Amino acid sequence: MNRQLIEVGVVLLFASVPLWLGNLYYLHILITTGIFIIAAISLNLLLGYTGQLSLGHVAFFGIGAYTSALVSLGFDLELTDSYTFVFEPKPVWFSFLCGILFAAVCGWLIGKISFKVRGAYFVIVTISFAEVVRLVALNWIDLTEGPMALNNIPPFTLGIPGLWELTFYKKEPNYWLVLALCVLSFVIVRRLVESRAGRAMIALRENEPLATSVGVDVTKYLVLATVVSAGMAGAAGGLYTHYVRIVDPDVFLFIYTVTMVIMVITGGKGTLLGPIIGGLIFGILPEALRGVAGPEVQWIIYGILMILIVYFLPQGIVPALTNWWRQREGHQDPPAPKETAREVVN
Amino acid sequence: MAGKANQDKALTVDGLTVKFGGLTAVDAMTFDVHEGEVLSLIGPNGAGKTTAFNAITGYLKPSGGNIAYREANLVGLNPNQIADLGVVRTFQKTSVFGGQTAFDNVLMGLHRRQKQTALEIIFGLPSVGSEEQTMREKAREVLDFVGLGARANELGSALPYGEQRLLEVAIALAAHPSLLLLDEPVSGMNPSETASFMDMLGEIRKLGITVLLVEHDMKMVMGVSDRVVVLNYGSIIANGSPAEIQKNPDVIRAYLGERHRKTKRGGRGKRRA
Ligand SMILES: Nc1ncnc2c1ncn2[C@@H]1O[C@H](COP(=O)(O)OP(=O)(O)OP(=O)(O)O)[C@@H](O)[C@H]1O
Ligand SMILES: [Mg+2]
Repeated sequence: MNRQLIEVGVVLLFASVPLWLGNLYYLHILITTGIFIIAAISLNLLLGYTGQLSLGHVAFFGIGAYTSALVSLGFDLELTDSYTFVFEPKPVWFSFLCGILFAAVCGWLIGKISFKVRGAYFVIVTISFAEVVRLVALNWIDLTEGPMALNNIPPFTLGIPGLWELTFYKKEPNYWLVLALCVLSFVIVRRLVESRAGRAMIALRENEPLATSVGVDVTKYLVLATVVSAGMAGAAGGLYTHYVRIVDPDVFLFIYTVTMVIMVITGGKGTLLGPIIGGLIFGILPEALRGVAGPEVQWIIYGILMILIVYFLPQGIVPALTNWWRQREGHQDPPAPKETAREVVN
Repeated sequence: MAGKANQDKALTVDGLTVKFGGLTAVDAMTFDVHEGEVLSLIGPNGAGKTTAFNAITGYLKPSGGNIAYREANLVGLNPNQIADLGVVRTFQKTSVFGGQTAFDNVLMGLHRRQKQTALEIIFGLPSVGSEEQTMREKAREVLDFVGLGARANELGSALPYGEQRLLEVAIALAAHPSLLLLDEPVSGMNPSETASFMDMLGEIRKLGITVLLVEHDMKMVMGVSDRVVVLNYGSIIANGSPAEIQKNPDVIRAYLGERHRKTKRGGRGKRRA
């Protein structure tokens, strides 16, 4: 009960931001940060809960972005000299779902081929995959326009065509949409993590032989995590594409994966709030620094902060805060049974 | 269904052979475990007991032989598939989910008893919540059963050694075994812990669970077993009731050397390496 009230309060607080922020540029930063947070939440499911590092995570983001853009724009493909395949533009909600689905299918494939061996192998497969997809986006010019980028991507719309429609040209509705999907991603990951599926993932991370001895199917749960994670990253990509309304092969840059990893690790991998806290810090910080420091100085500050966090709080910010909180509580009224604390949280 | 003689055979190990390069760790091992009995597999260090466990539970591919549980062939199955048939093992080297509370350790063990699919979970169907509630109660019951009820919120890695060993058994019991394989469950326990473990084994047995036990503690083996199989250098050298085994000259010979080695080594460190 308590927990739900706090949660609703926090969401309402975030939802009210456009009403009082009064600066569209700040709102823009929050929107892109929110999109990154969704990607970080999705990465955390893999990295934090199953312990598998996907260093090509941006591939799923980019696939979601490109798929949704292409389905909403429509495209022609000259398959033979005499036959051209024409794909008519589809509504954005539909293209967005296609993006999620296609990213998830790619996640399934990657999971199936790489989890036979896992560990370093998974890292390599995901990196290579991201690079391959980037090259496809760059060179399949008939489809993707290559470096010229896909332009004029339609924004999100809401409502019934012909009757009443709201097109998301403005920042505010985009912000609320991103917020809603952040909440949804968070809820999905929390449901998984607090269920037999999430426990199976954690069990595999902690002690694989023991997990299998009680019937946990390794491949099944690692693939499940990859599929959900990839689909969620694809959703983030779709949001991005219909918000900035232009997408080029740079969405596949390695630096974006690195940013997601930093967000998850500094925030606290394997915690529900970690990617949100890490995402807020490393989403807003570069923009905040932009005004006061040159680009090189920015990167240095960025790097130093990250090293400090990882050095002093190796488990990340959220676990450190939880521990500190627990100890503080412990000092005030010592034998408070952890039992009740736990029941409240659940 | 097979004939009557077969009917009470739970596990059948037939000519099981496991080789590591040139070393034959288990050599044409043949024995049965009957439904509802406690059968102990004993033998000096390096005799091949753990290797046999690993082969039975799918952690090792045997070089030869057959393993069947209640008519199902186990060779070639993954450990989780074997667990799904009700064959659940513990490990010689203490093995818990160290970063999780004792309670969550048992919840993880309950995996097999839960039925929710990923989609049901993601959509948050009410049945997910109610099953979760039932499982939490189950987890508590299992913890109480092994006597760790008061430790529910301690981290697995923070428990004292003897309690970690109990937690391992709790995790295995949570997985609803019909055949439970215990690999030296009381090693490292003090005599009073061992005594209460023996009582617990009686309780486990009353639940109708068949037990295959590997153990060096002879007092315990002779106290709890219906039958004992003795392994030496990968081969079975004796198979009979505890009383028969104690009188068997081959067994005495195999163990005499062992006892000397044991006192010289003074501890279990080397064996775990
Ligand atoms: N993975 C492996 N690779 C190579 N040799 C192995 C391996 N596992 C076990 N062995 C060898 O196989 C033999 C049997 O080992 P095993 O662990 O099964 O003995 P054990 O009967 O369980 O002994 P203990 O009582 O010390 O636990 C030993 O000689 C051991 O060194
Ligand atoms: Mg052994």
